[in-house]
Amino acid sequence: MPQLELVDLRASYGDHVVLERISFSVNKGEIISLIGPSGSGKSTLLRVLVGLLPPASGTVLVDGKAVDYRSSSAVRDARARMAIVFQQFNLFQNMDVLANVTIAPVKVKGQSPAEAEAYATQLLERVGLGHKLHAYPDELSGGQQQRVAIARALALKPEIVLLDEVTSALDPELVNEVLDVIRLLAADGMTIFFVSHEMAFVREVSSKVIFMADGNVVESGTPAQIFDAPQQPRTRDFVGKILRH
Amino acid sequence: MFEQIVDAAPRFFGYYNVLFLLQALAATFLLSLVGCVLGFGFGFLLAVTRRTTGRRLLPLRVLTIVFSEAFRRVPFLVTLMLVFFAFQALRLETSMFTVALVSVCLIATAFIAEIVRSGLASVHQNQWDAAAAMNFTYLETLRYIVVPQAWKVMLPPAFSFFVLFIKDTALASQIGVVELTFAGKVLANKGFPAALTFGTILVLYFALSWPLARFGQWMEVKLAPARTR
Amino acid sequence: MNFAVDFSDIWPRVPYLLGGAWLSLQIAFLAFCGGMIIGLFGAMAKTYGGPWLRRIVDIYVSFFTNTPQLVQIYFIFFALPDWGVRFSPYVAVLLGMTLNAGAYLTQVQRTGFTSVRRAEIEAAETLGFTRMQSVRYVILPHIMKTLFPPLSNLYILMTLGTSMAAVFGVEELTGRAFNINSETFRSVEVFLVAAGIYIVITFMATLLLAGVGRRFFRAKMSYF
Repeated sequence: MPQLELVDLRASYGDHVVLERISFSVNKGEIISLIGPSGSGKSTLLRVLVGLLPPASGTVLVDGKAVDYRSSSAVRDARARMAIVFQQFNLFQNMDVLANVTIAPVKVKGQSPAEAEAYATQLLERVGLGHKLHAYPDELSGGQQQRVAIARALALKPEIVLLDEVTSALDPELVNEVLDVIRLLAADGMTIFFVSHEMAFVREVSSKVIFMADGNVVESGTPAQIFDAPQQPRTRDFVGKILRH
Repeated sequence: MFEQIVDAAPRFFGYYNVLFLLQALAATFLLSLVGCVLGFGFGFLLAVTRRTTGRRLLPLRVLTIVFSEAFRRVPFLVTLMLVFFAFQALRLETSMFTVALVSVCLIATAFIAEIVRSGLASVHQNQWDAAAAMNFTYLETLRYIVVPQAWKVMLPPAFSFFVLFIKDTALASQIGVVELTFAGKVLANKGFPAALTFGTILVLYFALSWPLARFGQWMEVKLAPARTR
Repeated sequence: MNFAVDFSDIWPRVPYLLGGAWLSLQIAFLAFCGGMIIGLFGAMAKTYGGPWLRRIVDIYVSFFTNTPQLVQIYFIFFALPDWGVRFSPYVAVLLGMTLNAGAYLTQVQRTGFTSVRRAEIEAAETLGFTRMQSVRYVILPHIMKTLFPPLSNLYILMTLGTSMAAVFGVEELTGRAFNINSETFRSVEVFLVAAGIYIVITFMATLLLAGVGRRFFRAKMSYF
């Protein structure tokens, strides 16, 4: 059974329809990437999954069970299983790195502070920031903040990690350190669903690529299929433009 | 005229008068301080309620909006009279100070609710989003993430409101609260030259308000964000 | 609780109250205009005047913004007669409010003065504008855009501030409410209605000023 399945998902901001009819499935351990031009609805899709935007219609199934986004307990459940990392890091400015990573497990999940700190330290060392436990967000570079954000998402022990253009706001020289962390996660067998513009990386790491445009899934397949042999004209158009770089 | 003032001055600044004036000054200060501290507490509650999103809380939200808009658009004197006569009608026997305090509190709540509202709004939406995505409840988000960041934005305007209100408490003299203006009227009625009496009252208000205003300015500079993201 | 709310005595007197409201608006308007003139001189003095002049303006502003308007009017009304200067209640209130407003308006106008950058004036001059034209097409619109919101806000506060004229017997809205109160003893009702009228007036004023501000001065103003 697929770990995550979307069926005819539709969402809009007021009158503006952002997701038309999205359907696909994700199996455990897969690394799915979502590519497409700006405004195609990629980030919106992730926001819908974690309950930041209610879907207008359609179904989201996690492990075969439908998520009712109108019920707050179902949304909480979904959020507990899918952790998201935003483009703009969104670290809590008023606390240090360690606190950022431990606060949710302690306050929301009720873990003991000692336990949470131990795991957090482990995660932060994994992402290469074991020496920055007590630094504050505004003392860190963009790449470091993003790595903390990833550690924070992992501290909740999610089943699926959603990454929303996590390198797009970074200076070019900081991008690789974040990509390295994602490679680590992939190697660990974590189910990852990410939106990115880093096409070389997408090609290297993904098991499946989904191309979206204007709120619709235009085409999906393996990286080789999408980049080397795109079927749809829209896909060909997009891939042609990016490969010319 | 000036000779009269110089003549009356020693008697005016006699022991009991000075004590009386100082007590009145304390009453003025307390009236504004306690009223505004309570106003901050209630105003905070109002602002937090106003930001909720549940269906069932809609009537409560409407109430907070109505309260906030109404009490900011009514002169203090009128609010004071309303509270005074309402207490009378409800046969509540309290001191005039309490009546004035309740009035200050009502108005402070309305104004500070707006200040708290902007303070909360000054925290970027992405902080709320990140907290929501990690399953923080509304109250948890406020407590651990938003308020620790927002208080620096809220405190300076709230403090200036308090300093401002010290001047409005002068109207409490109209219902007989023994604050500074009332003390002035009493002494003027006792026969002291009006210029001396009211002049001294003006100076005393200045002495209370100006240092506090300067402190407020210093606090605003101190708490201003060092960098903006 | 033997208390029953009874507005029947109040409704026929609403026109009387509205007449009082009109007087409140007049007082606020006159005091505002007077205050603007004082404020203009004060701001100019602070920007272009010598050190002594600036000192005097500072003292004036500091004094009037740190003391209550009520006591200022008490001084004018009760203390000045000892020096032979006698004012009617209405004039004393107007004078007090004007001087008070002048202090705040000096501060506001000063920010307006300082907000016009040298660069804008130079740009206007290099485009061939005469002094007069620079003022009319560049400086004034810029100042009005910055100042309109705080000025509107102050005006509305002043309208509420006219209420203290009642203490001196002036028959503006609050004063008339007091009169009705002593006639009918329906205290809570009359003050509720008076409060209601103040709310309505200030709402309308806020809407009107926000509309004017947005359309004519392109100032950022909220309708609420």
